[in-house]
Amino acid sequence: MTLRLTNTAKTYPDGTKALMPTELSVAKGEIVSLLGPSGCGKTTLLRIIAGLENPDEGSEIWFDNDNVTSLPVELRQVGMVFQSYALFPNMSVRANIGYGLKMKKLPKAEIESRVTEVLELCQLQKFSGRATDALSGGQRQRVALARAIAPRPRMLLLDEPLSALDAALREALRDELAILLREFNITAIFVTHDQDEAMAIADRVAVMSEGHIVQSGTPEELYRNPNSAFVAGFVGNAMHLNGKCDGKMLHLEGGALVLPKDGAGQNAFIRAESVKIDDKGTLSGQVENVTFLGNHYRIGIKGIMPDTLISMHSGQSAPKIGQTVKVAIRPEEIMLLPEGVNKN
Amino acid sequence: MFKSKIKILQLTVTLAACAFLLVPTILSILAGVTVNYFKGISSGLTLKWVYKVWELYADSIFLSMWLAICCLIVTLIIGLPAAYGLARHPGRLSRLLEEFISLPLAVPGLALALALLQLYGSMKGFRSSWTFILVGHVLYTLPFMVRSILAVLASMDLNTLEEGAATLGASPWQRFRDIVIPNAMPGILAGSLTVVTLSIGEFNLTWMLHTPYLKTLPVGLADSYASMRLEIASAYTLVFFVLIVPLLMAMQWASARAQRIAK
Repeated sequence: MTLRLTNTAKTYPDGTKALMPTELSVAKGEIVSLLGPSGCGKTTLLRIIAGLENPDEGSEIWFDNDNVTSLPVELRQVGMVFQSYALFPNMSVRANIGYGLKMKKLPKAEIESRVTEVLELCQLQKFSGRATDALSGGQRQRVALARAIAPRPRMLLLDEPLSALDAALREALRDELAILLREFNITAIFVTHDQDEAMAIADRVAVMSEGHIVQSGTPEELYRNPNSAFVAGFVGNAMHLNGKCDGKMLHLEGGALVLPKDGAGQNAFIRAESVKIDDKGTLSGQVENVTFLGNHYRIGIKGIMPDTLISMHSGQSAPKIGQTVKVAIRPEEIMLLPEGVNKN
Repeated sequence: MFKSKIKILQLTVTLAACAFLLVPTILSILAGVTVNYFKGISSGLTLKWVYKVWELYADSIFLSMWLAICCLIVTLIIGLPAAYGLARHPGRLSRLLEEFISLPLAVPGLALALALLQLYGSMKGFRSSWTFILVGHVLYTLPFMVRSILAVLASMDLNTLEEGAATLGASPWQRFRDIVIPNAMPGILAGSLTVVTLSIGEFNLTWMLHTPYLKTLPVGLADSYASMRLEIASAYTLVFFVLIVPLLMAMQWASARAQRIAK
């Protein structure tokens, strides 16, 4: 199913604008992630698509060729996985998964066979008779997913599906979820504040800030060509090289850098992996902290710009804390971006 | 077990407290099955007085049961949606409403009865019908029903559960039937037993509202104390116990269970 939102906005009764007028299209079978910090409107947007929130006047939501803007949630045929999973505590795993099918008034035998099929797909056969409170976090997440897809919804919506899990489990289930979503072959939208999650699962990421979609593209596009300081900072943790710009030269506290082009009126950003510790470098600063991360070191350097400059250093040994080091940054790796958030 | 003096002291105090509570009860029950109370147990044991109570007061026993069942039905019909509404929309207004519903707990039954008499006393048909007593009982027991259900509903994320059911295609009524009621069940059960027990045992309010032809169990008890021989009154106490004690025990069990779930 394709999804098309036009001019969709949400203003709460108290006047808070949770979502500015937004356009969004999702192609059939595409997995799109809404990524942004808390309060950016990503969950509101998801709830509007589900029908759990009424958008402002003038908004339009299209599922294929059906205008569903005023269709209540129970008739929209969307599957949803909630952050807290919202499993029904009064029902077993099997009954939870079968509930959507029961609401469709399917014959008993068909419900049984479809529940069994979904249980197998999600590797939950062993737990089918259990109560939902006798499951681990990862199992609950799978039950929530199985329950959402069992009625064969037109679209799957996931609201921070991994955030209720602990860190170690989250990483393992992230990959599992990415595989399952592709197996279902379903149009899916999922909301997250975790860039790694968005990158790992989605075909396309829409970065949101203050009620706007500021940029939308494949993970590679967002990483390599962010269109704003916000996207550069949120996707890949780019650092702002805060200094004075003079034509193609950028003057920092710790020395001068060559920019790829005239940087007037723009801000320069750099990622930690592009900051090299090199004796031929034009910048010099003092090592503030060193973290050993296995195959590389994360080194914080002060005295180059007001904030600490982070370098991902992949040598056999690292400089000591307090040592003065030279730093080199290649001009083509510097990103020049307009100031502030780009609101399109 | 009896090694330390403190232990012995504890046991003595406990036994004394039990005796303080139980001895009058046992004496009263015994009086109900004694042939002649003034001669004591030596006069022999009999069920004569219990039959006599049945002859004289069977109507009030049935009336009490009927009232309790009707009261339960009415408090369920009003209380369940009320508790649901309060749980779905928590806020200052809901707190205020909850306090308002609970007001009959703080007002003495007599005052409540007086207010009802002032308002409806002139409506002859209603005043002399059993439904008048029912209104009093519902007013008095409703807060117990609402609070009991509300405690259980407030302990879970009802909004999200219902949203979950909605995305699976459940209409508002189906959500209420499949999600809200089953999950509120421990609270409904505890509330129901409380309402039935209170309704059967209620005296204050009922005594003010009753007419000579409409005596409930406790009102009949007071009547038998005032106008019958002591053995009959005691036998009446026995009947009352037999009815109320199992209810009380069931209520304790159900409330404990609901509280565990509410945590």
